[in-house]
Amino acid sequence: MRTIFANDVTTVVRNLCIQACTILGPDVINQIEKALGGETSPTGRMALEKIIQNAEIAAKENIPLCQDTGMAVVFLEIGQDVHITGGSLQDAINEGVRQGYKDGYLRKSTLDPVTRRNVGDNTPAVIHTEIVPGARFRIVFAPKGFGSENMSRVMMFPPSAGIEGAKDFIVHRVIESGGNPCPPIVVGVGLGGTFEKSALMAKKALLRPLGSQNPDPTLDALEKELLQKINATGIGPMGLGGNTTALAVHINSYPTHIASLPVAVNIQCHSCRHAEATL
Amino acid sequence: MNPETKKIMAPLDAPVVKNLKAGDTVLLSGIIITGRDAAHKKMVDLINSGQDLPFSINGEVIYYVGPTPAPPGRPIGAAGPTTSYRMDQYAPLLIERGLKGMIGKGRRSEDVKEAMKKWGAVYFAAIGGTGALMSRCIKEAEVIAWDELGPEAVRRLAVEDMPLIVATDIYGGDLYISGPEQFQTN
Repeated sequence: MRTIFANDVTTVVRNLCIQACTILGPDVINQIEKALGGETSPTGRMALEKIIQNAEIAAKENIPLCQDTGMAVVFLEIGQDVHITGGSLQDAINEGVRQGYKDGYLRKSTLDPVTRRNVGDNTPAVIHTEIVPGARFRIVFAPKGFGSENMSRVMMFPPSAGIEGAKDFIVHRVIESGGNPCPPIVVGVGLGGTFEKSALMAKKALLRPLGSQNPDPTLDALEKELLQKINATGIGPMGLGGNTTALAVHINSYPTHIASLPVAVNIQCHSCRHAEATL
Repeated sequence: MNPETKKIMAPLDAPVVKNLKAGDTVLLSGIIITGRDAAHKKMVDLINSGQDLPFSINGEVIYYVGPTPAPPGRPIGAAGPTTSYRMDQYAPLLIERGLKGMIGKGRRSEDVKEAMKKWGAVYFAAIGGTGALMSRCIKEAEVIAWDELGPEAVRRLAVEDMPLIVATDIYGGDLYISGPEQFQTN
């Protein structure tokens, strides 16, 4: 049995909040630079150049990449041989968010959905926990901006819609979103499972490094086909026209029920932010 | 910036607005105000109940932004545009009352575009997700109304050379339609 102190989790989460909101991953920068090489729209090129410049300024001056520093989404992988002591894990994570958003001068965006009164410290986090074999404790912090979150959807198709129905839905979701989610976007897709499983798979798909390949050959082919279709729409950077509408399509799948084909599309803006730590 | 980039000053006057076409790149300097979801609801509620706004919108440019807190030594934190469609139900009334410009991202509704044509207002797109870069163009920031709204409070900003693209003009030109059409390949 391995012991982890709740206090240590707080400190790690605090630091991840600031890191994720100010430093864009090299995989993302790489993919944007690659897109710039193939972008033929002058406006699109200007947008991509400014996005790269913005990442440089943010990292150098310790300023958030985007004013929407998101809702705090935390993915935990907790080994089944780990014991957490010294307080509640959930409280420890929320305290880390509280400290990170205060100390990092990040925006506090959470509010009560009925009164719309701001909570004031960007808590509570949305926490997804997976119990895994072994004794590791991994935290991925993924602040989610809502310009892109608002464009996301879950559709419960009948089986007759088939994979063609799913593909149409995904491409049309991107077309209808236009410039709203800050393209070039990353399109996270969850195919199958239940209503909530599909959404969670779509969100998790956004964590996969850009430029990586789906280990499932069928899904890999589907990702490439969808990316090609999405980039042929002409929506382009910021929706102002161009060849780069998405940087990647990432798909996760899970068996589903004989009566259904759940399809979740979680859209992520170009500021594909996440930071992780293993304790 | 390309050589055709126009330098313009805010507040805007009618001849400047008339001279802007969808697709133009501009550098905006001068004084602008900020407002997003909650502030728009408050403005429209006040106007509809016959009350005065605590600030003038006549000739003003409004920037749809909810910045991050200012770190020590800076006037403001990250300050990029938020998505504009959420302000669509409020914008026509504000345009009718003299608002001359809006800065945001994403396409606008037909009602907003009609009001822009009728009353002479322009819509600029800023590059979304470039909050750190946009922050550099903001030289001064001051909350002028509804401080209790936190990031959604109305601020007055002094800006210098803000890089913007004219997205929708007073002639019905809309880069959110014409841009993608030009690059569509399927």
